[in-house]
Amino acid sequence: MATTDQEVNELIKREYEHGFVTEIEVDTFEPGLNEDVIARLSAIKKEPEFMLEWRLKAYRRWLEMKEPDWAHVGYPKIDYNSISYYSAPKRKEDMPQSLDEVDPELLRTYEKLGIPLHEREKLAGVAVDAVFDSVSVATTFKEPLAKAGVIFCSISEAVRDYPELVQKYLGSVVPHTDNYFAGLNAAVFSDGTFVYVPKGVRCPMELSTYFRINAANTGQFERTLIIADEGSYVSYLEGCTAPMRDENQLHAAVVELVALDDAQIKYSTVQNWYPGDENGKGGIYNFVTKRAACIGKNSKVSWTQVETGSAITWKYPSCILRGENSVGEFYSVALTHNYQQADTGTKMIHLGKNTSSTIISKGISAGKSSNAYRGLVKFGPRAEGARNFTQCDSLLIGDRCGAHTFPYIESLNKSAIVEHEATTSKVSDEQMFLCRQRGIDPEQAVSMIVNGFCKEVFKELPMEFAVEAGKLLEVSLEGSVG
Amino acid sequence: MLSIKNLHASVGGKEILKGINLEIKAGEVHAIMGPNGSGKSTLSQVLAGNDAFEVTSGEVTLNGDNLLEKETEERAREGVFLAFQYPVEIPGVSNLQFMRTSVNAMRHHRGEPEMNAAEFMKLAREVSKQVDLDPAFLKRGVNEGFSGGEKKRNEIMQALLLQPKLAILDETDSGLDIDALKVVSDGVNALRAKDRAILMVTHYQRLLDHIVPDYVHVLADGKIVKSGGRELALELEARGYAWLGIKDEATAASSAN
Ligand SMILES: Nc1ncnc2c1ncn2[C@@H]1O[C@H](COP(=O)(O)OP(=O)(O)O)[C@@H](O)[C@H]1O
Ligand SMILES: [Mg+2]
Repeated sequence: MATTDQEVNELIKREYEHGFVTEIEVDTFEPGLNEDVIARLSAIKKEPEFMLEWRLKAYRRWLEMKEPDWAHVGYPKIDYNSISYYSAPKRKEDMPQSLDEVDPELLRTYEKLGIPLHEREKLAGVAVDAVFDSVSVATTFKEPLAKAGVIFCSISEAVRDYPELVQKYLGSVVPHTDNYFAGLNAAVFSDGTFVYVPKGVRCPMELSTYFRINAANTGQFERTLIIADEGSYVSYLEGCTAPMRDENQLHAAVVELVALDDAQIKYSTVQNWYPGDENGKGGIYNFVTKRAACIGKNSKVSWTQVETGSAITWKYPSCILRGENSVGEFYSVALTHNYQQADTGTKMIHLGKNTSSTIISKGISAGKSSNAYRGLVKFGPRAEGARNFTQCDSLLIGDRCGAHTFPYIESLNKSAIVEHEATTSKVSDEQMFLCRQRGIDPEQAVSMIVNGFCKEVFKELPMEFAVEAGKLLEVSLEGSVG
Repeated sequence: MLSIKNLHASVGGKEILKGINLEIKAGEVHAIMGPNGSGKSTLSQVLAGNDAFEVTSGEVTLNGDNLLEKETEERAREGVFLAFQYPVEIPGVSNLQFMRTSVNAMRHHRGEPEMNAAEFMKLAREVSKQVDLDPAFLKRGVNEGFSGGEKKRNEIMQALLLQPKLAILDETDSGLDIDALKVVSDGVNALRAKDRAILMVTHYQRLLDHIVPDYVHVLADGKIVKSGGRELALELEARGYAWLGIKDEATAASSAN
C-alpha cells in the first residue's frame, strides 16, 4: 500500500475512545482472596444464607482447580491475590431508589459512553442496566417492564427479592465446577443482570446491560441469568468498555440462559473492552463462560457477538439443546488488531430429537494479532434427526497476523447431519486498488470490505446496534492499512 | 489533456513498459491495440496508480498536473477512471453501497454535498438501464457471481456514474457476445464528450466497428510501434500483427472470429 509507515503510526495513535477514568469516591476491598473476603462481599450485598454457602462451596472447589492452558492464547500468570474483588462507588444508603439519587458523576460517565440513563434522554425502546465495576448503579424502564410482568434488575436485587428463582436456576446451566473461571466467578461474582420473562410474554422492549470497568486492579466478575418461561420472547444486549490502563485487568463473567417450551432468547454482545496499546501493553483479559440451556421443546437461543476489544478473549457462548426441536444459533464477528488475542467459538450440544444449530463465525485479524475459532458440535445418542450447519470464515489484513480454526465434531447418533464450510481470505491488493481507483479512501475501503465480510452476522443484530457495530469495526481497524 | 512522455515501468524487476509516448487531447478517443502480454494492462494500471508496478522513468501529466506523484484515490478524484479487464469481487459489499461511496468520495472532493441513499438509488437505476443491467444487480455484492459480460457492463455503468475526465477502458470488449458488445459500445459512445478523453485498450478490432477511434496505436513489447487513424486497425485486422513483425499467438484465433 502507498500509505506510509509514518501515516499508519499516526492513525494507530488515535486513542481508544472510551479510555477515560471517572473520578469518584469508591469503597474498594484490599487485594486478596479468601473466605473472609467472600463473607464480606456477601454481607455487603445483604445476601441470604444460601448464597454465601453457595459461594464458599464454589471457592473451596476452585482452590483445587487448574487454570486452563489449552486455548490459543498466551499471557503471564495471573496472581489472584493481587486483585481486588470488590469496588463500588460510595453511597450513603445501600441502593439508590431512583435515578435522582445516582451520583451525577456516574450519570455523566454513562452519558459520555453514549448510554444516557436519565428519564428524559433514555434510549428509546431499550431498557438499560448499568453496571459500574462491581455494582449495578441504575436500571431504566423498570415500571413499564414490571407492568408486562418482566423482571429486569441487578442480580444482587434478584438474590434478595426473588430467591426461589435464583436458587432454582443459578448455576443450573454453568455449574461452579464447570471450569476455572466459572468457579472463580461463582465464588466472587459481584453484580450483573437478572431477567425473568413470564409465560407467554413477549418482552415489550430490548433489554441491555452496559458493563463498565473503572477502578484499577479490580476484577470484574459479573453474573447474568436470563430465564424465558414458556412461550416467551426476549432480546437482550450487552455492551462493555474500560479505561486505558497499563496493567491488565481480569474480567471473568458467567452468563446463563434458560429457555423453556417454545421460548426464545436473543442475546447480543458488543464487546469493546480496552484492548491494550499498540505494543500490547495493558488491556482486559476477558475470560467468559456463556451458556444457554434450551430445556423446553421448540425453544430457541441465538447468540450474536461482535468482539472487538480486550487484550485476550476466551469465550464460547454455547447451547445445550435438550428440548425436542430446539434451535441454537451462534453468529460471531471477532476482530483482533495489534497484539490482541482471541480464542472464541461455540459449543452446540445436541441432546434432543430434531434439534438444529447454525454457526456462522467471522474472524478478522489485523496487525500482529492472533484469532482462533474453536467450536464443538456434539450429538448425543438420542439426538435423532439433529443437524448442524457451520460456516467459519477468516479474513486477514496484512501478513503478520494469524487465523486458526479448530472445529471438533463428536457424534453418537448416526442420523445426525453436519455441514461444515470454512474459508480464509485476505483483503486483497486488487480489492483495495479497485476501491481506491473509485476515489475511496484506503481506511474507508478496508472498513467497507470488512463490513461486507461480516454482513451475515450484522444482520442478526438489533438495528441500532448493527450500525454501532459497523462503526466500532471502523474505529478498531484504524491503522490497519499498511 | 493526457500527456505521456518516455514512460518506463517494471514489475518484479522486469521492465514491461519501455518508453511510451502518447498525447491525448480532450474529446479524442484513442485505441491501443497489441498482442497479449505487450503491456496494455500495465499501461492502464500505471496510469491509474497501481503501485504493484514501479515507474522507473518518464512523465505523465493530466491537464498539466504531474499524475505520477499522486495517490490512486487522488487521481481518481481528479477524473481518472479505469474500467478493469478483470474486475475483482468484494463479497458482501453491495454494488449500490460501493458505487454510492465512490460517487460521494468524488462529490466530497469537489465540495458538493453527499447524495443520500434515495437520491442515489434513483440515479443508479437510470444508469443501470443504460447498460441494460437489471437493477437487481445493484443489490448484489460488488461483482459477486457476475458473469464476464455483467462485470464489464458494471464497469461501464460506473464510468457513466462518475463522468470522468479520462476514461481508460481495458479490454472492455473481451468476452462479450454480439448483443453485449453493442450495449457496452453504446455506453462508451455515450461517454464521448468534448471535455473527455478516452483511452480504449483492445486486442481485437471488432470493438472499433462500434466505437470509431480518432487514433489507433499498436503496442508491442512495451513500446508503441505504430500509430495511425482508424484504418490502421482495419489493416491490422486484415494482415495480422505479423504484418508489423510482431509475434502473437492469439492472432490466428482473432482473425478466425
Ligand atoms: N503483477 C505482475 N507480475 C509479473 N509480471 C507481470 C505482472 N503483470 C503483468 N506482468 C507481465 O507483464 C507483461 C505485460 O502484461 P500485460 O500488461 O497484462 O499485457 P496485456 O494487457 O497487453 O496482455 C506480461 O509479460 C505479463 O506476464
Ligand atoms: Mg491486459
